[in-house]
Amino acid sequence: MIHNYLLLSILLFCLGIVGVISRRNVFTVFMSIELMLNAANLAFITFSRMHESMNGHVLAMMVIAVAAAEAALALAVVILLHKHKSTLDTNVFSLLKG
Amino acid sequence: MQQSVNYLGLIPLFPLLGAVFIGLLHVFTCKKVRLPEKLYGLLACVGPVLSFILALKVFVALKALPVESRSLSHVVFTWFSVGDLHINMGFLADPLSCLMLLFVTFIGSLIHIYSIGYMGGDKNYGKFFAYMNLFLGSMLVLVLGDSPVVMFVGWEGVGLCSYLLISFYSEDHQNVLAGNKAFIVNRIGDLGFVLGMAFLFWGIGAHGFDFLSLRANVGNLTATTSLIVCLLLFVGATGKSAQIPLYVWLPDAMAGPTPVSALIHAATMVTAGVYMVARFSFIYSTVELAGDIIAWTGILTALLAAIFGMFQDDIKKVLAYSTVSQLGYMFAGVGVAAYSAGIFHVFTHAFFKALLFLGAGSVIYALHHEQNIWKMGGLKAKMPTTYITMVIGALALSGCPPFSGFFSKDEILYSALATGHFGIWIVGVLVAGMTAFYTFRMIFLVFHGEPRDQKAFDHAQESPAVMTVPLIILAVGALFAGFFNLPGIFGGGQLVSHWLAPSLTEHHPHAGVFVEIIAIGASIVAFLIGIKIAYTKFGLGASVPVFKGFADFAYHKFYVDEMYNAIIVQPYKAIGASIWKTIDPNVTDGPIKAASKIYMTMGTAFKVFQIGYVRIYAIYMIVGLSLISLFLSQSLN
Repeated sequence: MIHNYLLLSILLFCLGIVGVISRRNVFTVFMSIELMLNAANLAFITFSRMHESMNGHVLAMMVIAVAAAEAALALAVVILLHKHKSTLDTNVFSLLKG
Repeated sequence: MQQSVNYLGLIPLFPLLGAVFIGLLHVFTCKKVRLPEKLYGLLACVGPVLSFILALKVFVALKALPVESRSLSHVVFTWFSVGDLHINMGFLADPLSCLMLLFVTFIGSLIHIYSIGYMGGDKNYGKFFAYMNLFLGSMLVLVLGDSPVVMFVGWEGVGLCSYLLISFYSEDHQNVLAGNKAFIVNRIGDLGFVLGMAFLFWGIGAHGFDFLSLRANVGNLTATTSLIVCLLLFVGATGKSAQIPLYVWLPDAMAGPTPVSALIHAATMVTAGVYMVARFSFIYSTVELAGDIIAWTGILTALLAAIFGMFQDDIKKVLAYSTVSQLGYMFAGVGVAAYSAGIFHVFTHAFFKALLFLGAGSVIYALHHEQNIWKMGGLKAKMPTTYITMVIGALALSGCPPFSGFFSKDEILYSALATGHFGIWIVGVLVAGMTAFYTFRMIFLVFHGEPRDQKAFDHAQESPAVMTVPLIILAVGALFAGFFNLPGIFGGGQLVSHWLAPSLTEHHPHAGVFVEIIAIGASIVAFLIGIKIAYTKFGLGASVPVFKGFADFAYHKFYVDEMYNAIIVQPYKAIGASIWKTIDPNVTDGPIKAASKIYMTMGTAFKVFQIGYVRIYAIYMIVGLSLISLFLSQSLN
């Protein structure tokens, strides 16, 4: 019964991976990463429930906090990228040299 | 038991520190300001003079010790220690090195003082004195080193400094070539020295590689090894001390400033070879064959150089060949196992040769760097001090009694006769006559007769006191240095021989008064004949000669330089060029180019993975992480 939660978590994670690999829009890639983070959160909560310990909860809360901070940074980077090349296509940003 | 004194290490240190200090001062100021010459001169003379004072102190300390234990040593630090080889940076002062020390520092100091005047106005004044100090310091390391390895440090040091100073006037390409020649020829000799050291270590090095241990263990050396060691070390000596076949660098070394020539010929560098042979007298005295080879090489060099000296027209070249010739005598002396006679000749020669060179320098200075003796003449009236001192030097060089050269040369010739080397003795007497001839040919042409170049003559004047005072001091030395070793027949006590006795392994031959009188008589007759011929040919004025036949052959130095060039230098260059043109591009470059090619191809191949798209990197990451996870889950089961 509880395995279904894990299956859902795996499904979400794989969706995230596919999104990161296949999509070329920076925003979509970013959202896919968030999806993967949340899939991990779900797995944490599930395991927490299974083992009847609060450790998973703590980690999940931390992931949420980190994700929030990361979102703030990443969005700023996205704005800068857009200013730089006037596009959000990741294939355009293929050189380390600006 | 030998005594340890800590000021021994300071003796070479003073000039070396002086060299570093003057060198840095020159490097940091030569671009912007020109420091006063007096400052450099003063700084340069401090080191040698302090060393001389310490050398006197060493002499007094040695004198106070009983005869058989006269040696002082000082180990500064352990230099390196590999297997059986333990080398200390150590110094040893025994009677032999003390004698060398005294005259090297004394004459070195005088030459430094003289240089203050001679080098006046030169734009590299500071550099010159830095090199001079370094030269003297290296020589002191050579003399004081307590093992062949430390000696070799000084040995190489004087080689380097001779190169630097010979090509000192480096604007002229010819001088640079002369410097190169000196350095390369010396390298050949140095190789002999290194190999000799290696064989010596192989033979008896396991029980300590300093001179005292080597001397104690010399009995364990097999006859063959001794011979090889002796000959290889002698190859080193032929390089440094300009003997056949490696003498060719010394005449070319005249390209350097005159005080440098004086330093090379009198105090440092060329005496190193003789000193080294005397230092190793404990080995050389066991191998008679090596001694004979050395003696014959020496006396033939003396003959050859004397022949060349008779036909030179450059005042410094005449003196250069006379040095080669006198060095030949010294080797003849040490070759017939009369080590103290050889060293004594080094000692007296240092005085009169420094005197002659500095006197020649004074003449050259007065004539604005004119060195051709056929353009001089009549300078006696203009430069009385230089004239008188140079005549004293010339008399000493030609072996006129009672000047110093007579006693030392006679000692060598007597030893040759007393040990039964008649051939060497006869050639030696012949060379003595030739020496008198070419020395006085030079004196007559330079100072007597009519001036050949009136304009230069009118401008000539006596050199300043800073140059003439060293000349006078050296002249006194050239006059009286011989009395230190007055042989018994003149009522003397042979002080130098007795002083040196503890450091050398030699047996004084006793052939009787009759042989001694023959030796002395022959030397004096040869001297008189030589000076007579010189006087009749050049004393009353002579014009530039045209050389024909043998004279022309000798004027061109038997074409030895050309021969070396054709037999050794050119083939060597040709081999070098062919290697550069064939082996280099085909053999050596092949693997290197192949290696670079491999990296290039690999780089191109792997480039496709680095396209720069973020999502591709994401795939790598996912694949990598998946593989790691798979591996971990496998290993957990």
